[in-house]
Amino acid sequence: MTTNVKTDLENKGRSRLTVGQKPRWTWAACLAGSAVVAAAVLALIGFNVAGWAVLTAVLYVASMYVSTVVLENRRKATNGLWTNLVFGAFVIALLPLVSVLWTVLSIGLPGLLAPGFLASDMLGITGAVDQQSVNEGTSVLGGVAHALVGSLLITIGATVISVPIGLLTSIYLVEYSRGGFFSKAITFFVDVMTGIPSIVAGLFAAGLMMTLVGPGTNVMGFSAVLALSVLMIPVVVRSTEEMLRVVPNELREASYALGVRKWRTILRVVIPTSISGIASGVTLAIARVIGETAPILVTAGVAIQTNWNLFQDWMMSLPVYIYRQMMFPTAPSAPDASEQRAWAAALVLIIIVMLLNLLARFIAKAFAPKKSGR
Amino acid sequence: MSKRIDAIDLNVYYGKFRAVADVDITIEPKSVTAFIGPSGCGKTTFLRTLNRMHEVLPGAHVEGKLLLDGDDIYAPGVDPVAVRSNVGMVFQRPNPFPTMTIRENVLAGLKLNGQRISKGDADAVVEKSLRGANLWQEVKDRLEKPGSGLSGGQQQRLCIARTIAVEPEVILMDEPCSALDPISTLAVEDLISELKEQYTVVIVTHNMQQAARVSDKTAFFNIAGTGKPGKLIEYAETSQIFNNPQEKSTEDYVSGRFG
Amino acid sequence: MTTTTQQSALHDPKSAGGRAGDKIFSGIALTAGIVILAILAFVALYLVVESLPALTAGEGELTNGKTSFWSYVGPMMVGTLIASGVALLLATPVAVGVALFISHYSPKHLSQPIGYVIDLLAAIPSVVYGAWGMTFLGPLLVPAYRWLSENAGWIPIFAGGYSQTGRTLFTASVVLAVMVLPIITSMCREIFVQTPKLHEEAALALGATRWEMVKMAVFPFARAGIVSAVMLGLGRALGETMAVALVLSPGVLSANLISAGNQTIPAEIALNFPEAFGMRQNELIAAGLVLFVITLVVNMIARWIVSRHKEFSGAN
Repeated sequence: MTTNVKTDLENKGRSRLTVGQKPRWTWAACLAGSAVVAAAVLALIGFNVAGWAVLTAVLYVASMYVSTVVLENRRKATNGLWTNLVFGAFVIALLPLVSVLWTVLSIGLPGLLAPGFLASDMLGITGAVDQQSVNEGTSVLGGVAHALVGSLLITIGATVISVPIGLLTSIYLVEYSRGGFFSKAITFFVDVMTGIPSIVAGLFAAGLMMTLVGPGTNVMGFSAVLALSVLMIPVVVRSTEEMLRVVPNELREASYALGVRKWRTILRVVIPTSISGIASGVTLAIARVIGETAPILVTAGVAIQTNWNLFQDWMMSLPVYIYRQMMFPTAPSAPDASEQRAWAAALVLIIIVMLLNLLARFIAKAFAPKKSGR
Repeated sequence: MSKRIDAIDLNVYYGKFRAVADVDITIEPKSVTAFIGPSGCGKTTFLRTLNRMHEVLPGAHVEGKLLLDGDDIYAPGVDPVAVRSNVGMVFQRPNPFPTMTIRENVLAGLKLNGQRISKGDADAVVEKSLRGANLWQEVKDRLEKPGSGLSGGQQQRLCIARTIAVEPEVILMDEPCSALDPISTLAVEDLISELKEQYTVVIVTHNMQQAARVSDKTAFFNIAGTGKPGKLIEYAETSQIFNNPQEKSTEDYVSGRFG
Repeated sequence: MTTTTQQSALHDPKSAGGRAGDKIFSGIALTAGIVILAILAFVALYLVVESLPALTAGEGELTNGKTSFWSYVGPMMVGTLIASGVALLLATPVAVGVALFISHYSPKHLSQPIGYVIDLLAAIPSVVYGAWGMTFLGPLLVPAYRWLSENAGWIPIFAGGYSQTGRTLFTASVVLAVMVLPIITSMCREIFVQTPKLHEEAALALGATRWEMVKMAVFPFARAGIVSAVMLGLGRALGETMAVALVLSPGVLSANLISAGNQTIPAEIALNFPEAFGMRQNELIAAGLVLFVITLVVNMIARWIVSRHKEFSGAN
């Protein structure tokens, strides 16, 4: 009998368990058929590649469903249909990512490589200059130096304010509060703060500074620092709190049992143990606020020259620079120059954000407490 | 270097719940005392009151007196931190500080408290403590490696070294061998027998053979039922507890009839 | 037992200073918490106080001949809600699909890199999305708008012509959808992978196909989590400023998705606040207060759903 079964299997090339399945090549046939039909349909109303790809995908999913219903059964067909749809969702999600990155790279890279882009600001770059460079085909002048300086100063300022407040608050929540009313209130309001729309944070900072120093002079880098701090503090509290909570209680107890005071235990045992997670959380928070546009636009305004002083005069930042160059080209009749600068600035901003994200991952891995040292 | 402990009418509460009731016990200096009893009988809770570690939990408090060579450690104005540097503790699971090297772990009690100490003195403390914990030969060549890289038994002896580096009077041990393999357990038990030359050692254990092997006196704790407080049932020479217990429940427990 | 021995043993003179350190440090930590509460109180107070002139203004007091504050902010509220609503309609199915793909469909060794790729979407600053929507996506969608206007013009939201530049409410919604997608995806993914293995295996052992297993075990477990993820996405979409400010060419509310017009609150503030003064500023701040209240309500609902289902879903 055994030998019989074996030869049987060899003869048919499939086991009894696979009887009733559709042939392996069904998907290829469906795909080819869908592509042909889609091309034919589009030929009637005007062919384009994007439409062809979309129509082919739709027809493929539909024809796979129908052929599975016919060849197998409805349950398997439904399963296959949803598998295709889930995969399709993933492809759809990738499209904008690829498209954005491609746009930024293809337009922004030449601008970034233009001489002096990172080193010069927009002082003296008037519409006439842009017009000339576009007409004569020479490389676009002007750059992002002032915006880089502004973004850097504002972000550092926001970090300097947010990290101590956020870190200490999470220390209070994890180490000192004993689940009382006050700690519940803080947790609740930190939640509320996470939901503050960024433009509202900007409004608040602009208004607060206006009340403090008077209208006009309130437009400065420091106002933007305040706005970004409002956005950054809750992020820091949340991530730090999570990191402090995963520090095992045993370590705290070990330290107390050695006669070490609580504050020293926190500073020298708890925080060093969780420092990698805290640092990576802070880095991610920085990456988030450095791309914020609206709150900086309404607080620090716009500028064409480098300003190193957070407490005086308007200050440019990278996101606002992108926005201004896009919406209000320096030379309205020759917007290409401004557009190129905007995309180049976008490329710089994306690179900075990506580097910060990578740095966060690196910190989390590299500075985690060593598990083995043998 | 070694002090006597007297508990007088000691009650331990977690909030309103009385976890341990009416303990009267005298623990002699330079001896090993074992606390045995079924799970939840309050022996660990009582051990933690001996250096005020239970206060780390919210709502915990104590009634009664706990005298360390005659000084009430619960007297008003007494700093729990000062108590803990007199009464060290070793935990169930070895817990070396993961961010520190072996050397730093040994010096943790001094360094974390901000004491300045010359390198020569520090080296001396490290060697003395590690020798005292029978670990010196094994780690002397890798003092700068992370403490978490050691084996479980070595880590536990490192924790003991860390404890004796601050020169306490009393060492409390909360099931110090329950996370260790038999060979490491033997090493730690040998160490306990040596430690009593200098320190008052109190050990909580679930392992009755271990209590019989290492301790001079044994205290048996028990509870009447869930939600009832733990009580000290019998306290005597170890040989008497195991061979000729006075109480019925002690006899049932040491002969393995429950627990 | 004399007082002197007690002093020497347990009253270490050094420890007095240490005790003060403990007090100081916990005081500092507490202060930081109070600062946060103060900041939030300030934000709320400032918004309310500065809004009052606009909220209570009678006819003729507002700028540009507006009759009342609500007739000014109302259409923008509707515009904001339409833009965010459409964005969620577009984003939710895709986001849940992607989350499902990562948690249950993709090969195991690929799921982490795929997660990184989706996180990348979240890392791109909003102004870049806005620029992309304005220069690339808008023109790309114009043919579709033309077709809709010609063939589906009888539906109100497509009625009355189409935008030649593609800078419409629908384009803004697509950009918003792309921006909230990673938020919804990452939350759903976290919940999907927490589905009890036991439930999944029980379903599979009954002979269920993978889709049936997802329907029987994963979705019931994750339902509350999905809803709150969508609400959080909504909170984000409502407050998103730059994407809309760049993409939309603003105008009066027409509820038409494919022609110019409509406006959202955050974009209105960003576009006008830098030049605003006096009553105009009060109006914009009041609009900001309205936006704050709306997002607050949405976020609270999301958290309420999570907390209500905490015990069942493990989505906390």
